[in-house]
Amino acid sequence: MPQPINIHQYKNGLVLLTERMDWVESAAFSLLVPAGSARDPGPLHGLSSLTCEMVQRGCGPRDSHQLIDDLENLGVDHSASVSNVHTSFGGAMPADQLESALSIFADLVRSPHLPEDQLEDARSACVQEIRSLEDDLAQQVMQNLRQRRYGNPFGRNSQGTIDSVQRITLDDIRDYFDKTYRPNGAILSVAGKIDFDQLKDHVGQLLESWESAPLTEPTTSDVDWSSMHLAHKSHQTHIGVAYESVPYCDKQYYQARAAVGVLSDGMSSRLFTEIRENRGLCYSVYAVCHTLRDQGSVFCYAGTTSERSQETLDVLIAELLELRQGIRSDELARLKARLKSALIMQQESSASRCGSIAADWYFLNRVQTLDEVGRIIDDLTCESINAQLTEHPPERFTVVTLGQNELELPVEVL
Amino acid sequence: MKFCEHRLANGLEIIAECNPKAYSMAVAYFVRTGSRDETDELSGVSHFLEHMAFKGTATRSAADVNRQLDEMGAQSNAYTSEEQTVYYIAVLPEYQDQAVDLLSDIMRPALRDDDFQTEKEVILEEIAKYDDQPPFGAHEKSMAVHFRGHPLARSVLGSLDSVRSLTPEQMREYFERQYCPNNLTLAAAGCVDFDRLVQQTEKLCGQWPQGRIERRTPRAESNRDFRIFPNEVSHLEYVIQIANGPAAEDPERHAARILSTIVGDDTGSRFFWQLIDTGRAECAVMYSYEYQGTGIFLSMLCGTAEQTAENLHDMSVILHDVQNKGVTAQQLQQAQNKICSHVVLRAERPTSRLFSLGNGWLQRREYRTVAQIIADYRHVTCDDVLDVLQKYPLNVHSTVAVGPLRELARPQ
Repeated sequence: MPQPINIHQYKNGLVLLTERMDWVESAAFSLLVPAGSARDPGPLHGLSSLTCEMVQRGCGPRDSHQLIDDLENLGVDHSASVSNVHTSFGGAMPADQLESALSIFADLVRSPHLPEDQLEDARSACVQEIRSLEDDLAQQVMQNLRQRRYGNPFGRNSQGTIDSVQRITLDDIRDYFDKTYRPNGAILSVAGKIDFDQLKDHVGQLLESWESAPLTEPTTSDVDWSSMHLAHKSHQTHIGVAYESVPYCDKQYYQARAAVGVLSDGMSSRLFTEIRENRGLCYSVYAVCHTLRDQGSVFCYAGTTSERSQETLDVLIAELLELRQGIRSDELARLKARLKSALIMQQESSASRCGSIAADWYFLNRVQTLDEVGRIIDDLTCESINAQLTEHPPERFTVVTLGQNELELPVEVL
Repeated sequence: MKFCEHRLANGLEIIAECNPKAYSMAVAYFVRTGSRDETDELSGVSHFLEHMAFKGTATRSAADVNRQLDEMGAQSNAYTSEEQTVYYIAVLPEYQDQAVDLLSDIMRPALRDDDFQTEKEVILEEIAKYDDQPPFGAHEKSMAVHFRGHPLARSVLGSLDSVRSLTPEQMREYFERQYCPNNLTLAAAGCVDFDRLVQQTEKLCGQWPQGRIERRTPRAESNRDFRIFPNEVSHLEYVIQIANGPAAEDPERHAARILSTIVGDDTGSRFFWQLIDTGRAECAVMYSYEYQGTGIFLSMLCGTAEQTAENLHDMSVILHDVQNKGVTAQQLQQAQNKICSHVVLRAERPTSRLFSLGNGWLQRREYRTVAQIIADYRHVTCDDVLDVLQKYPLNVHSTVAVGPLRELARPQ
C-alpha cells in the first residue's frame, strides 16, 4: 500500500498531518482545536458547544449567510462537532477547492465575529439539541454509562443542560474562545489528492501567526461505577453494560480490540449469534472499544421488549464471562479477514483517512501507516489475545437500564 | 470505467460498472419487490423475507452464511423499501467468486419453519425499536395518510399484528411469485471481472424458472389531509408534510431535487435560515423521492410542541413564496454546486456507485455515468424549476403530526 504521510509542526504548536491519495479526486480535512467540553467550567457546562455554534455565525470578511454560501459554492460538505477533548471542523470537497476552503476555516478559528445579536438564536439551537436527546433513549443509556465510568469532566456529554446553557454570557464565550481556540494542541489533518509542500506553505500563511496560549489540563472527579435504572414507559428496555479495558495507546490495545471483535464484529460474532440469531431476543446488540488518552472501556448495548429484557441481560453477561475462557483460532481468522479488508477499503475515502490520522496523532503523538496496522493485525495470535484476557478479564460490570421494569442484576455486576 | 450488461435466457439481468483501479468490488441482487407489492394479509412479508434469506439455504445453515460472510471479510447487509429488496456484499476483488456464490445461494433460501418463528421475534423487536425512537412512526403514518388507497401507502415493516399472523406458507408463496429471475438484477461496481461474473451467474442461476410479474404504478392523487396522532412516549413534536412530485421515470426529477435542496436542505436552505439557524426547530428539511409512477416532496419538522404551530406557519409561508416566485439564478447555482460536489464525493466508493447503478436500472433500465449525472443537474434552469412547481405545487400537501400535541391548527 503506497502511503506517503507527511507531518509538519509550525512554531506556534499547530501540527499539519497529510496523507496523499492520488487515486481520488477529493480532499478532506479535519481541523481540531483544543476546545473540548472537558474544559467547560462546571456551572457553564455546554460552553464549548455554544462557542462552536457562535464561531460559525460569521468570520473574517463574511457574515453568517456569506460563510455558508461560500462553502456551498465551493462544494464543501462541511460539519462541526464538539467532543470532550476537541472542537472539530471538517470538510470534504473536490481537491482543487481545498485551499479556498482552508482559508475560510482559518478565519473561523482565528477571527469569528461572535455577533451579539445572534447569541439568543445560537443558544436556542443548543437547547434544541439538548431537547432532542430526550427522545433518543438508546443514547441516554449509553451517555449515562459513560458518565458513570469516566466521571467528570471526561464522561459528561458535550451539550450541557438547559439550565447551564441559559447561564452563559457573551463574555463567557469570548473568554473561552480566547483561551481554547489556540494552535498549541490544535491538529490539521488533510487526506486526498494533495501536494504536501504547497499545502504546508498555504497553511503557514494562514495559521503561522496564530498565537499560542497556555492551556491547563482538567482533572477527573465523580467516577461512580455502580449500576442504575432509569424508569421510562418505553416499549423496549434499553440495556447498557460497561467494563474496563486498555486505552488506544496501550501496547495491548489490539489484543483487547480483537477480543471485542470476536464478541461483536460481523454476523458470526458471539453476541449476534447467541442473542439475535439463536434466541431472537434483539434487533440491535453490539460491543465497542472506547478510549480516552489514559483509560479505555468496553461499552455494550442491547435493546429488547420488556418481557424479554431479563433474559437478554443474563445472556449478555454470560457471554462477557465466557470471553474470559479465551477465543478460538477460527474466530480470529475471520476477524483478521474483516479488519484487513476494512483497512484496504479505508483507502477509498479521503474523509475516513483524514479522521484516522488525526485520531492517531491525538492518542499516540504519531501516525500509524496502514502497512503498520496491517502488520499488527497479521501478528495477532490467540495466545496473545487470551493472555490479555487473563490479565484484563471482563469484570466489575456497570449496568444502566432504561425501561418499564428494573432488572435483576447478576452477581458480577457492581 | 466501463459499463457492461448481459441477460440470461431466463430473464435475469447482470449489469456492472467496472473500474479496474478500485481497491474493492461490491455486488448486489436488486429484487423488484417491496411493500407496494403486498396485500393487507401479507403486510411486512417483503422485509421479513429479506431477514429469512440470511437464515440458510438447501446447502448452507444460517451459521454457515454468517460465518462465510465474515471469512471473506465482507461488509454486507440488506434493506427493503416500498419497491425494492436489496442484498449486497462489498469485498476485496479476490473474493468476487465467493461473494457471488453466497449471494446467489441466498436468493433461494430454505425458509424453514423453526427459523421463521425465531426470526419473527427479531422482526417484532425491530418494530418495537422504531416505535420507541424518532420520529415515532411518523414516516409510516404520513405515507399511509398521503397515499390512501395507493400501493405506496403500505408500511415496509408491517404492524405487530400483521407480522404475528404471517405463516411460512404465505411467505413461500410470495417468494415463488416475486423472486423469479426476470424480477432480479445482479449489479456490481468497482474492480469487477465481468466475464467471470456472467459465467458464474449462468451456472448458478441459469436454471431458475421464469415467472410472471405485475406491478401497478398509478400516479398518486393530491391530498390535503391534516391528521394528528398523539404519542405519549415522545417529548418533541414530529410533523411530516407530503406533496406530490415527479416519478422516477420523469425527466423533471433533477429539477425537483434542486428545488428541494433550495427549500429544505439541512444547511443553507430557506427552511435552514428561518428555523434552524434561529434555533426555533431541531430539524426542518425537505427531500424529494421518486418511485415508479409517482414521486413526492417530503418535509419534516421537529421541535418542541409549543413552537410547532408557529414553525408550521413559517414553513407554509416559505412554500407559498417559492410556489409564487420560483427560485433565483443564484440559489439555483448554489444548489447545483452542492449537489454535483456531493455526487463526485460519493462516487469514490464502489458501494455508492452500486446503489446508483442498481436503482437507475430498476427504476428506468438506464445507466448514467457520474459525468452524465452531473450534466443532468447542470442543465436545469430556473424555468425548469417553475415547470415542476406548476405541475407539482409544493403548497398542496398532506400533514401528519406525531407527538405530545392533541390539537394543532392547520396553517392558513
